[in-house]
Amino acid sequence: MDNNQNADQPSVIRRLMPLMIFAVLAVFLVIGLNNVETVRDVPSPLINKPAPQFDLPLLLQEGRLTDQDLLGHVTLVNVWASWCFACRQEHEAVKHLARNGVRIIGLNYKDETEDAKNWLARLGNPYSAIAVDYDGRSAIDWGVYGAPETFLVDEQGFVLYKAIGPINSPKNIEGLLEAANKSGYIELAELLSRLK
Amino acid sequence: MIPELGHFALIIAFAIAIVQSVVPIIGAAKNDTALISMARPTALAQFLFVGISYAALTHAFIVHDFSVQYVANHSNLVQPLIYRISGVWGSHEGSLLLWALILAAWTVAVAVYSRNLPEILMARVLAVMGMISTGFLAFMLFTSNPFTRIFPAPLDGNELNPLLQDPGLAIHPPMLYMGYVGFSVAFAFAVAALLGGKLDATWARWSRPWTTIAWSFLTLGIALGSWWAYNELGWGGWWFWDPVENASFMPWLVGTALIHSLASTEKRGVFKSWTVLLAITAFSLSLFGTFIVRSGVLVSVHAFATDPTRGVFILGFLIVVVGGSLALYAWRSASVVSYGRFTWFSRESALLLNNIIFLTAAGAVFVGTMYPLVIDAFGAGKISVGRPYFDTMFSLISIPLLLLLGIGPVVRWKGDNWSRIAKNVSIMLIASLVIGLLLPFFIEDQLNIATGLGLAGALFVALTTLKDLLSRMRQSARIPLAYAGMIMAHFGVAVFVAGVTVTVSYDVEKDLRMEPGSSYDIAGYEFRFQGTRKVKGENYIADEAVIEVWSDGEKTGELFPQKRVYSGKDNPMTDASIDKTFFRDLYAAIGEELEDGAWSMRVYYKPLVRWIWLGSLLMTIGGVLAVSDRRYRQAVTSRSRQGDDKASVMTSA
Repeated sequence: MDNNQNADQPSVIRRLMPLMIFAVLAVFLVIGLNNVETVRDVPSPLINKPAPQFDLPLLLQEGRLTDQDLLGHVTLVNVWASWCFACRQEHEAVKHLARNGVRIIGLNYKDETEDAKNWLARLGNPYSAIAVDYDGRSAIDWGVYGAPETFLVDEQGFVLYKAIGPINSPKNIEGLLEAANKSGYIELAELLSRLK
Repeated sequence: MIPELGHFALIIAFAIAIVQSVVPIIGAAKNDTALISMARPTALAQFLFVGISYAALTHAFIVHDFSVQYVANHSNLVQPLIYRISGVWGSHEGSLLLWALILAAWTVAVAVYSRNLPEILMARVLAVMGMISTGFLAFMLFTSNPFTRIFPAPLDGNELNPLLQDPGLAIHPPMLYMGYVGFSVAFAFAVAALLGGKLDATWARWSRPWTTIAWSFLTLGIALGSWWAYNELGWGGWWFWDPVENASFMPWLVGTALIHSLASTEKRGVFKSWTVLLAITAFSLSLFGTFIVRSGVLVSVHAFATDPTRGVFILGFLIVVVGGSLALYAWRSASVVSYGRFTWFSRESALLLNNIIFLTAAGAVFVGTMYPLVIDAFGAGKISVGRPYFDTMFSLISIPLLLLLGIGPVVRWKGDNWSRIAKNVSIMLIASLVIGLLLPFFIEDQLNIATGLGLAGALFVALTTLKDLLSRMRQSARIPLAYAGMIMAHFGVAVFVAGVTVTVSYDVEKDLRMEPGSSYDIAGYEFRFQGTRKVKGENYIADEAVIEVWSDGEKTGELFPQKRVYSGKDNPMTDASIDKTFFRDLYAAIGEELEDGAWSMRVYYKPLVRWIWLGSLLMTIGGVLAVSDRRYRQAVTSRSRQGDDKASVMTSA
């Protein structure tokens, strides 16, 4: 290769350009690969808004549960079903929180009542009350698109955080912790941090 | 035993691929004939062992060997034979084995048909292809082994996804892979040329047929995917701009630019850098597509395996292959200099514009596909980019493209003047615009610019192409196949554009609740629902609706849409029924059974929808014709035609 600087020869920048563009792309692909677990997560539009209205029958007793019952005490609303595999993975964590005084309300999602009762009998019932959402319509209002999901609702009925997937995944523990701390629920935060 | 043999063969193939990658390249650098001569035998041996491995996996499927996990996951006892054979490539691991097999086959083809290539070039090309094989075989052996056993073996497997149990599926991935993998040949030629520091018209002549065949297969593969989606998914859609679809479309767009750029480099020695970069880009996009669909990085309805570990491996491979070749380009492209001169109004300029337009189109699709990922990487939210963006971008880009396609082929090389062709081109352009814009006016009594322009564009390309053919036929009785191929492919574009424009503008879709005995009218066709009956297939039971189609008081057809329940699954699957003619499709799909024997159903009237695939088929055939031209066949048999005066020097056509 001679040093012929005729007008047709591409400059160093032009020759390196394709490689540099690819390098930028590669960076984004690496970041994307890191984000794979969260790529399907859609952030909830309910954050800092009042929890949606609902009026559903109870699973284990006569009577009904409504959004009014969420007021007065900080609550975790846990969406679960007997057909949901990941719900079993988080169940120990849910029971641990309940044993330590956290109020957890269950939303039994698109499930058969018999299957739900059997599941609880086998794995334990941490819920102070369980609402049955048989066709999933109330869940739609909550923006639920899978199970398990858990909503942190404050005593005025505002949604503070939506945990997608098992409640004890690192990402969800972080998120719940942060939301609890921000709103001053120190005891809850304490309990959550012990799930790690 | 046989699966273990298959696994073992794969390991041997991997070892051979390493030898194939390393030895000939060293031989080429040192000009050592002994090392160079290892290229062909290793390529053949690798193909043999990958073939044995593939046969072993197919055997496991055919004999229902559910102790092999992959077979248990994608086949069951009642699965028809054809879907046991095609199930081999129905999911991640098996499709990789198919990739490796096809790559090995292309490598052998290059090894066999390269007698007139300088040995050093041949050695480098085969070595580069060997490197790619090494990567894929390693990927399988280390992260995605198709031969993993499962113990205890289940008594019956999970059947192949019913959506995939269709003849269109049976052939779509192999055709697509023939295309993707075929671009590796162009890539290997480009890298070999950069390594050797010499890129001339002869190199372009050797690359061209391989690239064109790969392009033809890719065209067919994409068209089959679209046709299959239309037939199988029941929504009457044929293209969704889903990331996986875009992953196949981008290499096609760049590949189209590449085959035209190669033509310019061969005939006039211009656009050498463009051609090299396009060759590298086309194959890089093929690999990139493989990455997207298997890593979970983008949300898609078709994603294969969403396993980040595998994603890491492919990304690493992508960085090595693409980064390496682009680094090579940065280092060596100073020696890739084009000396051809041409004026502003010339065939070269037209083809340069062609390169730019296709690259822009590929870029637009790329941006749309990657945008969600980039936005998410910046933490700026989750968005999805869909039809509105892609359709708009594409419609805008097609306007200059169709104009160029009409004018470009008649402009002379090196320099021409507008006045020579002005009269003919203007007449056809004005005629096309007038007819194109008036047609919608007659059909729907109002002006529709978008439809009108689409029709005008298609008409313009059709007219100019036919006129060119007629003038050529008047000049000489014999039409070279290469020219015929070009004409057919370009005409195919016109047919395709007409089909898309008309279907998108004039299709009618209706969701209905129909009781047996009722009927509904759309677009002059009366759909009479006669009721449903139970039907049994080889591995499913179905509710089949009988719908008679009447037009002008006569029965013109019958439709039998089904709701199938496959043996392995509980979820019902819809099988649409289509009454097809050259000019329109009538399409029906049934939904749910409602009360009183009524059913929800969807009926469509789709005018000219078949032209979409007909146009694609014409493009494919055009490519095949172009490759069959005698100039390439002569190159193959030049050693056996010693005395033939035409064999000595290839002049540009």
